[in-house]
Amino acid sequence: MVASLTTKTIVGLEIHVQLATRTKLFCGCALEFGATPNSRTCPVCLGLPGSLPVMNRAAFDASVRFALAMNCKIATYTKWDRKSYYYPDLPKNYQISQYDLPLGYEGYCDIDGDEGQSKRIRIRRAHLEEDAGKNLHDVPGCSLVDLNRTGTPLLEIVTEPDIDCAQDAFDFCTGLQKLAVYLGVSEASMQKGQMRFEPNINVEITRGGEVFRTPIAEVKNLNSFRAVRDAIEYESKRQVQDWLADEDYVFGKASNENRGWNADKQMTEYQRSKEAAHDYRYFPDPDLMPVTTTADWVDSVRKELPESPTVRCDRLVSAFGLSQGDADLIVADRGDAELFDAAVDGDKKLAKRMTSLMLGAAKKSANDRELTVSTVLPSATSWQQLVRMVEDGVVNASAGERLLLEAMENTAGEIDFEQMAKDRNLVQVQDVGQMSAWVEQVFTENDGAVQDALSNPKKAKAAPGFLTGKVMQVSGGKADPKVVRQLIAAKIKEMQTE
Amino acid sequence: MAKLLTESDVRHIATLSRLQLSDNEIAMMTEELSAIVGYVDQLSEVDVEGVVPTAHAVEVQNVFRDDVVRDSIGADKALANAPEREETFFKVPKVLDQDTV
Ligand SMILES: [Zn+2]
Repeated sequence: MVASLTTKTIVGLEIHVQLATRTKLFCGCALEFGATPNSRTCPVCLGLPGSLPVMNRAAFDASVRFALAMNCKIATYTKWDRKSYYYPDLPKNYQISQYDLPLGYEGYCDIDGDEGQSKRIRIRRAHLEEDAGKNLHDVPGCSLVDLNRTGTPLLEIVTEPDIDCAQDAFDFCTGLQKLAVYLGVSEASMQKGQMRFEPNINVEITRGGEVFRTPIAEVKNLNSFRAVRDAIEYESKRQVQDWLADEDYVFGKASNENRGWNADKQMTEYQRSKEAAHDYRYFPDPDLMPVTTTADWVDSVRKELPESPTVRCDRLVSAFGLSQGDADLIVADRGDAELFDAAVDGDKKLAKRMTSLMLGAAKKSANDRELTVSTVLPSATSWQQLVRMVEDGVVNASAGERLLLEAMENTAGEIDFEQMAKDRNLVQVQDVGQMSAWVEQVFTENDGAVQDALSNPKKAKAAPGFLTGKVMQVSGGKADPKVVRQLIAAKIKEMQTE
Repeated sequence: MAKLLTESDVRHIATLSRLQLSDNEIAMMTEELSAIVGYVDQLSEVDVEGVVPTAHAVEVQNVFRDDVVRDSIGADKALANAPEREETFFKVPKVLDQDTV
């Protein structure tokens, strides 16, 4: 009899994120996606002799912000090292990276786990390094090299092997992308290759009380979240199959390996054994001076960090009673979230209507123009004024929406909605006498609907709504629908008892 | 004096550096590199008891530049000394090892 197996997938991630600076890490060449090959180069990023790299302050600051947002400790003393290897896209024959003293270390990010519990993924380190150039292999017998990308600042983030399934890896990576965009430290565009992932995967197999571990496979250079998920899914099965076929396929006996993801075949492919791993001969870069940080400076950077998307989401749910889905939508864009917070200004009463207007009419109008909601909505004060007017019954909901849409046509800024409502003759009539008169008029003109309301069981429910609509029409949209509904219900009741 | 480097060390370094050396050259390089390493090795005679390790000889730190674009030299100048080019690409012998950063 075959003893039953239990398996546990173990994943650690290495992630490169391109930082959103104007220029490269060590020279003033512009970072520009899609520029003419080799047009954005200079002696520094071409690795010409005698050139001297100087660190971009914005890249260092962005790295510290990102590392802090991942709850990392920030090194008080950090330095850069040369990682030597030979490849045509690396003109210096070394990459400037950080070896033993990364700028950020021992952090963590939480992701949503099952049943609403969060899972903590520890960050081992985050370090600032330069990207290599690009090789094109589509010419027979030779490669074409574009060095525009050399020297692009990257933050390399390395997690502990705390991820135990493909979906968690997916969630972690998408969460990290959101965070980067939120902080403004990266555009994190997948299309432009600004995030690249390398999962390290192996499987712990338990059979009859005995534990086996498969060798670690590193899947190189994944550039989509789906590829991360699919590659991990595939590897967690492939490794168990290989172990079943050969029990020597275990960590320590069989060597670790690099694999590539083939999206067409939906499988990973063997590239090389890690036995032949590169000897990178790291040593401190003599051209670059170390960087020291003080606790005061790090604290001041930490204080200026925006609230993280997950924390913000939780707060919108708990403080204002938003649904998780609505909160996610508002928080997805930092500008939208900040406008929401500024406009609600802690007033729970306004939150519900603000959410529905923001995610309904406003979002549709913004999407039509391919803009974010916050760029088309009026200022927080004007926006709050409008929502308050609807809430207080100064204008009814549909008039509120109409005013909002009209304001958005002219895009943003300060708008006096009260004046606008008066000018458009949309201020609700509060005079019950006037509304009763409109109700009387509508009842006289719509005898069929009145009869339905009184005695047609099939239509008795729909008829009052129809009559309300008629009253709104007669009033030119100025009647308060809540009051009108009450008046109609009372009148029908009165007629039934007669 | 015993050689500080063996021929197999030198072959390893040559492979890492993508250099193809003849047996004669390997022997010669083993000799020369051993002498260089031996020369530098004299430093290990210095008593460094109580000295904190450092990456740099000068006490300069936090050297930054502002994130301001400066003119690049342009593709034609970048390619001026390239043995071969195609359009504005460097053209090099085909490389199969995809292993990069
Ligand atoms: Zn440059």
